Amino acid sequence: MPLLPPRWRLVLVVVAALSLPVVAGILWLFLTGSFGEVHGLVPRGPLALTNWRFLWESIGNRPPVYIPLLNSMAFAVVVAAVVVTVASMAAYAISRLSFPGRSMYLGLVLMLHAFPAVSLLIAIFYILRRLGLFDTLTGVILVKASLDLPLGIWLMKGFFDALSWEMEMAGLVDGMSRWTLYWKIALPLVRPGVLALGTFSLLSAWGEFILPFTLIVSTRSWTMALYLQSFIGEVFTDYRLAAAVGLFYALPVLGLFVLGQRYLLNVYSGGVKG
Amino acid sequence: MRRYSAPFLFLLPATLLIALFFVAPVVTTLYLSLTDLSTITFRHPRWIGLGNYASLLRDPFIGKILVNTAHYVGFTLLFNVGMGLLLALLSSSVRERYGNQIRAVWLLPRILPPVVYVVIWQGLSREAPYGLISDLAGTTRNWITARPWDVIILANGLVGASFGMLLFTAAIRAIPPDLFYASAVDGATTVQTVRRVVLPLLRWPILFVTAYQTLSLLTSFEYILLLTNGGPGFYTTTVWSLHAYQLALSNYFGNVQFGLGAAMAALLVVIGVVVTSFYLRLFNFRALVGEPKVEVN
Repeated sequence: MPLLPPRWRLVLVVVAALSLPVVAGILWLFLTGSFGEVHGLVPRGPLALTNWRFLWESIGNRPPVYIPLLNSMAFAVVVAAVVVTVASMAAYAISRLSFPGRSMYLGLVLMLHAFPAVSLLIAIFYILRRLGLFDTLTGVILVKASLDLPLGIWLMKGFFDALSWEMEMAGLVDGMSRWTLYWKIALPLVRPGVLALGTFSLLSAWGEFILPFTLIVSTRSWTMALYLQSFIGEVFTDYRLAAAVGLFYALPVLGLFVLGQRYLLNVYSGGVKG
Repeated sequence: MRRYSAPFLFLLPATLLIALFFVAPVVTTLYLSLTDLSTITFRHPRWIGLGNYASLLRDPFIGKILVNTAHYVGFTLLFNVGMGLLLALLSSSVRERYGNQIRAVWLLPRILPPVVYVVIWQGLSREAPYGLISDLAGTTRNWITARPWDVIILANGLVGASFGMLLFTAAIRAIPPDLFYASAVDGATTVQTVRRVVLPLLRWPILFVTAYQTLSLLTSFEYILLLTNGGPGFYTTTVWSLHAYQLALSNYFGNVQFGLGAAMAALLVVIGVVVTSFYLRLFNFRALVGEPKVEVN
């Protein structure tokens, strides 16, 4: 608000207190992952490197950690690449080209953006089995990328709409094809959009749980989400181990958070699902 | 048709993926819900018409599941919207720099991988002396088994609140500064300004967030699945979407009843389609689809 209330410092104390649970949670993850025993948020034992033994040995009959790690990396990068490529192409067409059914297409995209895709999971399971893509990373990648598409198209359309069309007109007059225009002129100009959508899909795919949980069975296709879940799905959970694995899995996200808070705030304010 | 070859090619990949993983699943859900597909009949499912829907109506636990769903959606929604509004108002009333930091902290639960987030909740809810919550509450029990609903609603709420927070903050920023100056000149206190100026102007964003989150909460079950898996005990925290998922895709009950699960999901899908088409009318659609400026193809 443009005018700060006279007692804004008091407000700050209140809102900081409200935010304590979030901070406590992150703190718990760091402490429990690092120490031999933690009561509440108070360490009661020495630092325990054994919490991190999953890095150099297989735990139980789980695969060694590098398999889910590499799978998760491949999964997140490919999903983000597919979403950015496919969504920006479609968004360019909707924003810049004229064709019959254009407003219907946009309506569909907008509708799907608000549509709760989780409700389709049962049918998606069935369809992947029919396609022979069940229990493969390729299958989950296609599904995840498709589910992120409506948001991506919507976001990119906004960025393309904001471009001035004189530059494109000049290109057209000079005899450029639509494809060259898109690739050489429009796409470089919407780099902020590409980065925002890329970051969003990367984070969203990195954390994705329910899709691989439903569509992947064999441990060699596990992602980090499934690997971590296998530790809390047991009767007796070793929370030190689970916290260390969780910390390891969340580190890239936490790193990005520390380095790019402002940037992330912008990405998530841009009309993102909740 | 050469005229439209460019838009066709640009739209082809997106259209294929949308057809395969949005349109086809909607049709498939409806189709499967009319068959008796299950582990036993996987190769030769029979067409049974509305049989699944009839057995849903006869299910003695369906009432319990409906009550659970209403409980879950209602309370989480209340928390999400209320907390989102509170955070937006408070974080907009302090110096910009601190406000941004507060909002960034609330973004954390959203960007953390859900399984990590659930591990944290499970750890905080552990029995004494390990769990922070039992420490603070002075009890010894595991908080998830003692008060499963509280944990589920709070866990969902801490993630969901940031959605409203970001949207409301943007809406507050969009209010013309003159209104604040005018209200200050008239001698209004901050509380009066919030009540008489800010809140009335947030009516539409509040309506939007409520509508949007009702739909996504109705179909979401990820955190419940991970936190309690519908327990503890019999159907204690099983909601509609989780039950559909378990019927169709988990071996919890031995025989996987795909058709029956699809019937439950089909109702959600229909609600989703109806509600989202309603959104199109509600939120000024025509303004969004102005014709493109470059008409040459």
